[in-house]
Amino acid sequence: MRLKTFLILMTFLPGVLLADCLQRGTGDMGVIIERASGSVLVIDTSAHKVLSHVEGLGDLSHASVVYSRDERYAYVFGRDGGLTKIDILCGKIVKRVLQGGNSIGGAISQDGKLVAVSNYTPGGVKVFSSDDLSLVADIPATPFKDKRSKTVGLVDAPDQRFVFALYDTGETWILDMTDPARPALTKFTNTGRLPYDGLITPDGRYYINGLFGEDGLALLDLWHPEKGLKRILDHYGKGEQQLPVYKMPHLEGWAVAGNRAFLPAVGHHEVLVMNMSDWREAGRIPVHGQPVFVMARPDGRQLWVNFAFPDNDTVQIIDSETLKIIKTLKTGKGTLHMEFTPRGEEVWISVRDKDEIQVYDTRTMKLKTRLKAQKPSGIFFTDRAHKTGL
Amino acid sequence: MKCFRFATYAVLCLSLSGGALAAPTADRKAELMYLLAQDCGACHGMRLKGGLGPSLKPEALRQWDAEQLAQTILHGRPGTPMPPWSPFMSHQEALWLAQQLKEGISQ
Ligand code: HEC
Repeated sequence: MRLKTFLILMTFLPGVLLADCLQRGTGDMGVIIERASGSVLVIDTSAHKVLSHVEGLGDLSHASVVYSRDERYAYVFGRDGGLTKIDILCGKIVKRVLQGGNSIGGAISQDGKLVAVSNYTPGGVKVFSSDDLSLVADIPATPFKDKRSKTVGLVDAPDQRFVFALYDTGETWILDMTDPARPALTKFTNTGRLPYDGLITPDGRYYINGLFGEDGLALLDLWHPEKGLKRILDHYGKGEQQLPVYKMPHLEGWAVAGNRAFLPAVGHHEVLVMNMSDWREAGRIPVHGQPVFVMARPDGRQLWVNFAFPDNDTVQIIDSETLKIIKTLKTGKGTLHMEFTPRGEEVWISVRDKDEIQVYDTRTMKLKTRLKAQKPSGIFFTDRAHKTGL
Repeated sequence: MKCFRFATYAVLCLSLSGGALAAPTADRKAELMYLLAQDCGACHGMRLKGGLGPSLKPEALRQWDAEQLAQTILHGRPGTPMPPWSPFMSHQEALWLAQQLKEGISQ
């Protein structure tokens, strides 16, 4: 009797497991956050298809995702402090931990072994094993009032480091995890007022803080941290009336074309152009509203920009050479995020209030197809796995 | 004048001029609740438990009365990322939202 059961199990179990999981490469896959329902869609960017729907991820407002270096696992950072590891081939949650009260994003280490999460409450950064999500290090932020400073702009950097900013106390910290048992911190306390997000150049050399409380940005050269932070674009917007910001811009990724980098201005309806050889302002492009994401097509030829409320129904496309707006698309209210396919022939755009993803051909700038999604926000393709800072 | 700038929100301007004294209509209430979850939620968390901006749960707002909260909503807090929402809602509507926050929104 027992043997028979065992044999039956032996014949069925492997079949069942395989049938549940896809057998394919993951390089043309990705996930889309459905923020209201706490679920994600696993999608195929070649077939324009939804492959699976994974539920039970908690509060996903402002959620973001990083990938394991084998591009099989997606780590989802939820607003409620949830860190969830998803197997995108099986469309299943592998592991989920509630690691903090309120988190804002995360990063995966250079060697892929550690996942770091940036928390608002309790303010600080926690580092986990990417394998089983066990806690490796807990880095509390500087005390502020009766709490700890919120941490923002967490990115991975070469030499097994993470870099992040402290919003309330205006600091930038480098966290070296070379020896996981002994995390080493380097602190810069003169970042400026209210750093709200940070980004790192694709080569992993420069970390830049966006500041809310003052004009300009703070730049850190990770090849020479001993030189400290340098203030750049110091004068942009000086003396001009600041416009209210109904959604904070995101400094995700690094929009570069040739020698110029492009950033969202804060409190001005402009995209800032910066010369990367001397970090000076090289122009400003007036746009439709407060920019949220300024994303360069992978070849740098175009910039796609979306906007904060009440202009979040629009996307503008800028020619990176002439700095002219070449197209204004009315995508629909709640246009929250954009992601280019790895080589940039398409861009996927989430439109929350239409419950859809719009896929555009970047060359013709025309809509190619739509996919259904419930209140979609972030879109994350697997090629991020191999990009520093993403 | 703001109504022209934010043409897509012209409806709000109408309700502002037309119904400034009356409590918001059921439709308008639904719009305000959507705004609260989605757009206030961008900074305060979709479930209002806090984000870049503080928690807007009743426990966190005990020190303010509804009128004070309405003033914060309408005029923002200069020097912080809290923006003024007066272009998008009337005093009456802000007060109604503030009361919802004080009472707690079941989600
Ligand atoms: C761009 C980000 C942002 C958005 C969007 C935003 N807030 Fe705020 N809000 C903040 C910040 C930051 C503070 C804290 C200000 C301070 O330091 O005093 C705040 C404070 C508040 C407070 C005062 C809370 C307290 O305990 O002092 C209320 C009430 C509030 N917001 C309501 C709203 C409502 C309602 C909306 C939507 C109509 C909204 N906020 C949208 C960022 C935002």
